[in-house]
Amino acid sequence: WTAEEKQLIASVWNKVNVEECGAEALARLLIVYPWTQRFFSSFGNLSSPTAILGNPKVRAHGRKVLTSFGEAVKNLDNIKTTYSKLSELHCEKLHVDPENFRLLGDILIIVLASHFARDFTPACQFAWQKLVGVVAHALARKYH
Amino acid sequence: RMFITYPQTKTYFPHFDLHPGSEQIRGHGKKVANALGNAVKSLDNLSQALSELSNLHAYNLRVDPVNFKASWGPGPVFALQLLSQCFQVVLAVHMGKDYTPEVHAAYDKFLTAVAAVLAEK
Repeated sequence: WTAEEKQLIASVWNKVNVEECGAEALARLLIVYPWTQRFFSSFGNLSSPTAILGNPKVRAHGRKVLTSFGEAVKNLDNIKTTYSKLSELHCEKLHVDPENFRLLGDILIIVLASHFARDFTPACQFAWQKLVGVVAHALARKYH
Repeated sequence: RMFITYPQTKTYFPHFDLHPGSEQIRGHGKKVANALGNAVKSLDNLSQALSELSNLHAYNLRVDPVNFKASWGPGPVFALQLLSQCFQVVLAVHMGKDYTPEVHAAYDKFLTAVAAVLAEK
């Protein structure tokens, strides 16, 4: 990570409302890629975009996911270790195809873009695409 | 945005001035947007509407510098996913919350379909 990349990541993260962005990112994942709903069958009503966006379990879980993402932001030089246990969890217990991590990462970027508009510069996007890629890779690392 | 976010995509435009804001980037970006506009008008017939562009994007004419032989190599099809992401980011930047989850879903599906047609050949 260059100093500039770290700065770009931190400056965006400091302005992120983790609860709102997390909820929105997860909701969009379930709406844009409906097959991902299969991992959340216990969440109740996922029958329409409106239902998904308003679903309190989706919102809570989205917040959880993005809070965890914050750990990566705080430990940029140690992401693999940070996600080691979560990687095992997603493989052994949750059975999630790692391709879905990449999809969620791209969706998070679009959510950030819609919130920050022109402040989400190309340089910001470069740093953040790199970050979501590293996180996705770390989450896939313990798969077997 | 694509050239900055995904520098590897620059390899498909070695003949371009790739400084941000260059005339060539603006010109080519406009071409791409116009082609997408045509695709929007032919949603139920993308294969036909994009047929010529499909040939262009599936294959890359490469010239071997030692033997000066031209041959077809794998084209920029996988880079189209990266362009799709950047296009959606630009839409999100411009539209803010009007880039709703429903609009997002529709555009993701549309751009994926366009990329698939361009990869057909």
